[in-house]
Amino acid sequence: MLILAVKVDEHPAWADAVGVARGLTDDVHAVVFDASAVDELPKQGIRVAHVVEHEVLGDYAPEAYGEALAQLVKQVQPSAVVAPGSEKGNEVLAHLAARAGLPLAANCTQVGGTGRPWQLTRIRGGGMLLEDAELDASCGLFTVQPGAGPSNGTAPVDAVDVHRFTPELAAELARTRVVDRAEREAGVSLATAEVVVSGGRGVGSADGYKTLEELAELLGGAVGCSRVATNNGWRPHSDQVGLTGTKIAPKLYIACGISGATQHWVGCMDAKAILAVNTDPEAPMMTRSTYSVVGDLHEVLPAVIDEIRARGRVDQASG
Amino acid sequence: MSLDILVCVKRVPAPGAKVPLTEDGRDIDTRHLGFTIGPHEECAVEEAVRLVDKHGGSATVLAAGPPEVAEQVRYALAMGANQGVVVDTGEDELDPQATAAAIVHAVGELDTSFDLIMVGNESADAGHYQVGVRVATELGRPVVGGIKGIDVLDGSVRLRRDVGSATEVYELPLPAVVAVKEGLNLPRYPSLPGRLKAKKAQLRTVSYRPEPGGLRKIRLRQPEDNRAESVLLGHGAAAAPAVVDVLEELGVC
Repeated sequence: MLILAVKVDEHPAWADAVGVARGLTDDVHAVVFDASAVDELPKQGIRVAHVVEHEVLGDYAPEAYGEALAQLVKQVQPSAVVAPGSEKGNEVLAHLAARAGLPLAANCTQVGGTGRPWQLTRIRGGGMLLEDAELDASCGLFTVQPGAGPSNGTAPVDAVDVHRFTPELAAELARTRVVDRAEREAGVSLATAEVVVSGGRGVGSADGYKTLEELAELLGGAVGCSRVATNNGWRPHSDQVGLTGTKIAPKLYIACGISGATQHWVGCMDAKAILAVNTDPEAPMMTRSTYSVVGDLHEVLPAVIDEIRARGRVDQASG
Repeated sequence: MSLDILVCVKRVPAPGAKVPLTEDGRDIDTRHLGFTIGPHEECAVEEAVRLVDKHGGSATVLAAGPPEVAEQVRYALAMGANQGVVVDTGEDELDPQATAAAIVHAVGELDTSFDLIMVGNESADAGHYQVGVRVATELGRPVVGGIKGIDVLDGSVRLRRDVGSATEVYELPLPAVVAVKEGLNLPRYPSLPGRLKAKKAQLRTVSYRPEPGGLRKIRLRQPEDNRAESVLLGHGAAAAPAVVDVLEELGVC
C-alpha cells in the first residue's frame, strides 16, 4: 500500500502526517513543491520523494497545487494522500479533493484500515468533540491534526530517490497565487508566548486590560482575550483565544474573568497549566483549571503584581 | 462597480461549557441549546452588507439544512442582507460533498449571477474545511480561504490573510469565491427595525436532496479531559503570595 505525504509549508504538523501514514504502511512517499525540502527527508526515514515542478508553482498557489496533486495521484495511484491539518494543508487537500471528486476527512487524530472503507477519528469544533467516521473512496484523503502523530521516531535512511513530476497546468491557475507578502510586526506573539494573561467579560472595559498588560509584561508573556472582549471592541481580534481566534499551548494560561464556554476552552485547553481568576467559583473555567483564585481580578492582579515586585526587590537585595 | 454577493451561512448549535450528545451518540443533543450563525459567516454577512453599501448591488444570504435554517437567514436579513434563500435538504446532517452539491444546485436555481460568493473558512461545528473550495471548483471560480481583508477593485478583489507570522495578499478576478475568518470586521447587532423587517421578509425556498458523499459520520464522542481537580489558591488579594509561589514553581517568574 502506497501513501503520499504532502508537504505544503514549514508547519510542524507535517511530521504528524508522516507518522500517521507510516502507521498504515512502510511505503510512504513524500510530495514536495520545493526541491530544497528533499534534504531533510532522510532524517524522517523517507526513501522516495516526488518533486512537483512548474512555473505556475513558483509561489504558493492553492488551486495549482491541488490540480498538480490530482494529476500526480492519477499517475502514481496511491491508496491514500495525507497532509498536515494546517491552514495550507487543509486548503491544498480540499482543492485536490474537489478536483479529483474524492471525499476528504480533515483534522484526523487516527486513521485505520486498508481502505474501502477507512476508519478514522477526527476533531470537530476545534476539539470540542471527536467524530468516528468512515471514508469510502478509491483514494483516501486525510489531513492530520497537529500533535496527533505518534511520538516515536523513525530510523533515518541514507538517501532519497527523487522523482521529478511536471504537471500540465493551465496558465489560468496562477489566478490564485500569492502576489504580495509582508512579515507582521514582531513582539511577543500570542501563538508562541510561554505565558498568556487573558481577560473576558469580567474585565469590564478596554481600560481594564492595563493590569493584564502589566502582569503579562512582568512575566514576559502576551495578553489574550475571549470573544466577548473582541465583540465589545475592548481588544483586537488578533488577541482572541478560542475556536475562531488563536489556539495556544503556553506553559501557563491565566484566565481572568473568563467563564470558559467550550468555544473558548478549545483554544486554551492545550496549556500545560491554567490559573483561573473569577468571582464565580462555579464558572466552568474555574472547575476545569489547574489552579483557581476566587475573587475580583481587579483586586487579585494588582496584589499579584505587587508580590512579584516585592520578591524581586528582596532577591536583588540579597543577591 | 456594483456587486451582487451571495453569502452562505450555517446554522450551528451554541453550546455552553459542555456539548451534550444524544443517547445514540450520533448528534449533539440540541433540545436545550440555542442556534446561531457560525462566527466566520457572521463576519461574511457583515462584509457583504458593507460592500453593497459602498459599491451598490445586492447581498443574498443562503443556508442549507433543515427548514429551521430560516432562523439564521432571517438574522442575516436583520443585519442588512437584501434577500434570503433556504435550501431545504432535510433533517440529516450532510457530509461536505453533499453540502457543496446543495449550494451549487441552489446557485443554479437563482436568477442572479453572483460576482462574489462568500463562505466561512470552516463551520464552527463540523469544521470540514472544504465546502467553499468544492463550490468554487464546481462553478469554475477561483477561491482563497482564511481571508481577513477584502478590497474590491475594478473587476477583481484584493484579499489579505495571515499565515504564521506573515500576511499574504491575493488578487482574484471576479467572479470569485472567498472563504473568510472572524476578525475580518466587527459584525453589527441587528437593529430593532431590521429585525421587524426580517421577520416579515419572504424567503425563497429551494428543496434538494443531494447524493451522500464518501465521508460517513458513525458517532460523536466527548474528548477525554485528564486534568486533575482544580487547586484553590485562595480568595481575593490575599491569594497573591500563593499565586506567586505557583508562578515560581512553573518557572515563569
